[in-house]
Amino acid sequence: MNNKTKTRKVYLDYNATTPIHPEVKKTIIEAMEFYGNPSSLHEPGRKVRGMIEEARGKVAAFINATPEEIIFVGSGSEANNTVINLSSCPACGTCEASGCKTDKKIITSTIEHPCVLEAAACQKERGIRVSYVGVDKFGKIKIDEYQKLLKEKTALVSIMMANNEIGTIQDIKKLCQMAHEQGALFHTDAVQAVGKLEVDVKELEADYLSFSAHKIYGPKGVGALYIRKGAAFCPFIRGGHQEKGRRAGTENSLGIIAFGKAVEMRKKEMAAEFKRLSALKSLLKAGIEKNIPDIQFNGHPQDSLAGTVNVSFSGAEGETILLYLDMGGIAVSTGSACASGSLDPSHVLMATGVPAERCHGSIRMSMGRDTTDKDIDYVVEKLTKVIKRVREISSVSIGVNHG
Amino acid sequence: MDKPNEWLYTDKVKDHFMHPRNLLLDEEKFQADGRGVIGNIKCGDEMIVVIKVDKKTNTIAQCKWKTYGCASAIASTSVLSEMAVGKTLEQAYQLSSRDIAQALGGLPEHKIHCSVLGDKALRAAIDDYYTRNGQLDKVKQEKEHIICQCLGITDSDIEHAVLEGARTYLELQERTKAGTVCGKCKDKSLKLLEEYKAKYFKEEEL
Repeated sequence: MNNKTKTRKVYLDYNATTPIHPEVKKTIIEAMEFYGNPSSLHEPGRKVRGMIEEARGKVAAFINATPEEIIFVGSGSEANNTVINLSSCPACGTCEASGCKTDKKIITSTIEHPCVLEAAACQKERGIRVSYVGVDKFGKIKIDEYQKLLKEKTALVSIMMANNEIGTIQDIKKLCQMAHEQGALFHTDAVQAVGKLEVDVKELEADYLSFSAHKIYGPKGVGALYIRKGAAFCPFIRGGHQEKGRRAGTENSLGIIAFGKAVEMRKKEMAAEFKRLSALKSLLKAGIEKNIPDIQFNGHPQDSLAGTVNVSFSGAEGETILLYLDMGGIAVSTGSACASGSLDPSHVLMATGVPAERCHGSIRMSMGRDTTDKDIDYVVEKLTKVIKRVREISSVSIGVNHG
Repeated sequence: MDKPNEWLYTDKVKDHFMHPRNLLLDEEKFQADGRGVIGNIKCGDEMIVVIKVDKKTNTIAQCKWKTYGCASAIASTSVLSEMAVGKTLEQAYQLSSRDIAQALGGLPEHKIHCSVLGDKALRAAIDDYYTRNGQLDKVKQEKEHIICQCLGITDSDIEHAVLEGARTYLELQERTKAGTVCGKCKDKSLKLLEEYKAKYFKEEEL
């Protein structure tokens, strides 16, 4: 591991963030010439306004929305917070829409991103009731439980489309339909789904949908929120007329223009990439299964993101695996508590019923447009060595039993 | 201070993590005089420490180990195994989590609990040696006491929580869930909280 020859670098953390697409990079560099404030009436301002609106058109079309239905925000987290916060706003009409003025409730799931879970917990402090629908061992929403929760009057449902850790994809169309039947509004956090799967808001009939540029080879610091025409809304950030008064603050023009280019490139590349990543995923899983004993894959065997592999190694701890792989030039992430700085391992794996010791030994590898089959061969080879070494050091591998 | 691509840990930690010393590869062959196991893989850390004792001088002749855990858990057991050798059993018994962290050039605060396990495992190994050699009077084994009866939370759980940053009763409850059912153990827990705070931290650190 210490040889001086140049180590191969393999980035397998595309679910955390992606490198900027070369075409997007070009667009950003060109756009840097244009500095005008898009709110200004003069020519430099109008120029940037035009570029932003062009990007909005592309971003909207990418999910089959109209440009008016898209607002640009600072991140996927902001988009999610904006929607969850609607539930405690007396003026926005979210609750009136569902006819539960006095008894407001939101439903979300146990495997959401922390930005949804913590925003929901904050709503709880403000007197909103929050229910969490559980998932099965593959990470799929428990439909019976969901149906039961929906029987109580609900203002808003927020369920993610694809999970960042295990890749499990939900049947959003069905979940959304069920929510609407009970008069609840429906939001989906599609940060991991948009750009990886075909997403069509008209087909889903979702009321709100969040996504982000940096997960699809765009820059960090820009997200988008789809708000269905006519759906209740109330701004989270106030004090400006930007985004038609729905999100104050001078637009991140570079980020938004780049976002437009990023979706344009996704449109061209994602179908072929989906096929390629599906094949790479099979290759990676087969390689791990063949070479490393005592492993378990987490997440849904079929309904899962093409580039995402989550696997637990018994007797090996996640942060240790991650750091040894890092020395070998391979970047992955882990659901182990040790790496997160908290005491608890991944809430997603725990929610799927994975025992704590298996969570601690879990690694997520997420592939993307630059991942090759040579990379996968290298990863399998390194990983096999690393796991062998970590198990050698581990107290668990020698079968110590203690109550 | 932090360089942009700097590790979470010190170079010393990195060195011990990458090149663990005194790893126990063949336990049967080692024929330990004393053996201690501490931790639980459910919590993410577990370690075994074994020692060989020079009976003439009452010093630790060899100290080997195995660890399931994060980088700092591995590095801290590794450095401990070097620190223990040559010390008398009494001296080795005094090694603390702070000594280990110091020898590693410091550890992130939330990681300190990992190194605390190393010294505990060593003490357990020394106690085991005393037990095997009929020196029961010397066994100081830190026996765990259940404080929160509802959830089986022990005094050592509370100790860990304090080491990991719990300073108030609420923070203690967040970390351990102690006293979140019937609440009868509150007074006991509060007393321990203050004791451990005083034991491990100076006034100005709290």
